[in-house]
Amino acid sequence: MAVTGEEAIYGDSVITTKLDSAIAWARESSMWPYIFGTACCAIEFMSVASSKFDISRFGAEVVRFSPRQADLLIIAGTVSYKQAPILKKIYDQMTEPKWVMSAGACACSGGFYDNYTTMQGVDEIIPVDVYISGCPPRPEAFLEGLMQIQKLQAKPTKYLKKRAKREFKGRLDA
Amino acid sequence: MLSQCEKKIEFSKTKNSRYIVKLKDIKRAIKFLKQEKNYNFLVDITAVDYLDFCEPKQKRFAIIYLLKDDSFDNLLVLKAYLNEDEIIDSITDLYEGANWSEREVWDQYGLKFKNHPNLKRILNHKEFVGHPLRKDYPMTKGQLCTKTDDLMDEMTPKLKAKGYENHDDLMFLNLGPAHPASHGTIRTFVALEGETIVGAVNEIGYLHRGFEKSCENHTYNQIIPYTDRLNYCSAILNNIAFAHTVEQMLGVELPDRGQFIRVIIGELSRIIDHLVCLAANLVDMGALTNYWYLYNPRETAYQLLSKLTGARLTNSYMRIGGMTHDLYDGFEDDLKECIKDVEKGMHDTLSLIEHNRIFQDRAQNIGIVTGDEAINRGWSGPNLRASGVNYDVRVNHPYYHYDTFDFDVVVGSQGDVYDRMMVRFEEIRQSIKIIDQAMKTLPGGSYSVADHSITFPLKKNVYSNIEGLMNQFKLVSEGVKVPNQEFYSSIEAANGELGFYIVSDGSGTPYRVKVRPPCFFSMATLSAMVEGEMIADAVLSLGSLNIIAGELDR
Repeated sequence: MAVTGEEAIYGDSVITTKLDSAIAWARESSMWPYIFGTACCAIEFMSVASSKFDISRFGAEVVRFSPRQADLLIIAGTVSYKQAPILKKIYDQMTEPKWVMSAGACACSGGFYDNYTTMQGVDEIIPVDVYISGCPPRPEAFLEGLMQIQKLQAKPTKYLKKRAKREFKGRLDA
Repeated sequence: MLSQCEKKIEFSKTKNSRYIVKLKDIKRAIKFLKQEKNYNFLVDITAVDYLDFCEPKQKRFAIIYLLKDDSFDNLLVLKAYLNEDEIIDSITDLYEGANWSEREVWDQYGLKFKNHPNLKRILNHKEFVGHPLRKDYPMTKGQLCTKTDDLMDEMTPKLKAKGYENHDDLMFLNLGPAHPASHGTIRTFVALEGETIVGAVNEIGYLHRGFEKSCENHTYNQIIPYTDRLNYCSAILNNIAFAHTVEQMLGVELPDRGQFIRVIIGELSRIIDHLVCLAANLVDMGALTNYWYLYNPRETAYQLLSKLTGARLTNSYMRIGGMTHDLYDGFEDDLKECIKDVEKGMHDTLSLIEHNRIFQDRAQNIGIVTGDEAINRGWSGPNLRASGVNYDVRVNHPYYHYDTFDFDVVVGSQGDVYDRMMVRFEEIRQSIKIIDQAMKTLPGGSYSVADHSITFPLKKNVYSNIEGLMNQFKLVSEGVKVPNQEFYSSIEAANGELGFYIVSDGSGTPYRVKVRPPCFFSMATLSAMVEGEMIADAVLSLGSLNIIAGELDR
């Protein structure tokens, strides 16, 4: 399509778009994850972050350990009932837009720890956007999960606004 | 004194001495053993609930003490029966290491100890009601936790003892459980004066995922994947420790090829475990480059393990009586490649840090633990050896022909962060030495026990004859039947003495499994280690102990 009007002066060097799309594009390639790593899955995340799999190819290597600076919460490992209030607090401290990835069997469903101490899935206490299977998931699975999140957050503004208003009532929300 | 003990009973083939003692005599007996017979090393304290046991016992519970003497060669098991309302004399004044173990017995079984400094829950949360390892506690009855413990009940007396009547000038800070340097899920609550730690309290149990309870409704082979997830940095060593214990209970020994494969893969696991510990410790120090140097060889090892076992991290390679399958063709070349990478990573790292003033200043004379203290607190493995104590299960209680391999037990001199790291570097070299020797002399033949009431028959036989079919059916539906007995055995895992105390009732499912996790005892020392140190050094002290939460909290 031929560029017309004022943009034509600058040739190909200017792209017109909506502000929301521009922001979504920028966010997509600079997710700042918070690693809530509790167990074996966190060791696989170490592989995701190191040279061979290299999460920085997807712009998400700036791992933050302050929830206030992070927009992606990766829960990698078993969450016990004792751990649950801490996870909830960290989630609550993150600012919107925030995304949650539940990595591995334990975080998704309790895994094979069907007993008195293990929470049977983190979605009992916080909302989850993407679930990754595996015990632990392979590094490629982490990257796939990240790409799914990127797709979600590039969705139209209407979706994001609706999402921000969603209601969630977990077991720890009295 | 021990002659007053009721009787000496023998129910295992090892030389381990076992005594049943009256509850009121327990403390006296242990005191005598420690003071007169030099039983200075408390291996573990555990309990058993005999409520549903196949044969009636005199009382519902038993408390069990495992002790080793100065030479580490002799293991002694003391056992006392008791009912719920009876109170046990605490031995925390004799062994520092008993503190957390007794708390765990209280937490899991509800047995009370007299004169314990702070008998409160340790693995389960504060709001938990009941004692989960009792047989009448339902397996899946979870209890929601709504708030965290402020830990001031431990902190206030600690500060008071140091002369801090009020806390106005102190700053309280939580290092963890969600903290990048907390290595998972460890909480260190500190009171600071400036940057100096004046009081520290540790809380664990955030990754308590009920390993021991889960063992009670799975067959022996089904437990193998759970053991993977104890120390998940060296999963196969946990497999071996568990399988080795059960095999001894069954009275079977692996064919030589099986034993050698376990040595080779076990030592490789030790190497990759040490790599993670060192890499993480150096990151804590700010030396990020070394992380890549040390972590990338681990990827090569993952490739090899994936090819061999089908999994990178949680391998489940071992089975009771052997392993899933033999080594593959070309394994030797892959292993050589892997070791070459490890050696290169080590060389690159050491050339950066070995004579580096910054590294030495950060690591030397930090977090010092003397040999006597380490023994008293139940340390083992590289941490204990860094404090100058020559104890290695591979040498003191040789298994799998370890006595025929030529390797050195690496011992430190100061017991500081530097020694603990350097011991691990050198242990990697020694493990490579063992692997080389084992590969050279790797015998042929079978790798698993031939008895098909223990190991699976060949599929060919399952489909073609009734005996094979029966074996397969029995093993799948009932599991390996282990004779009725109580047994403790340990191996040298990456973190130290990893032992299993197993109570069997003759069925295919263990009645009780207790792990002796090496880092539980190291962790119990951390608060004492870091008091008086700067906060940045506390991070290094924690890293140098190689605490793996899966093993710590089980």
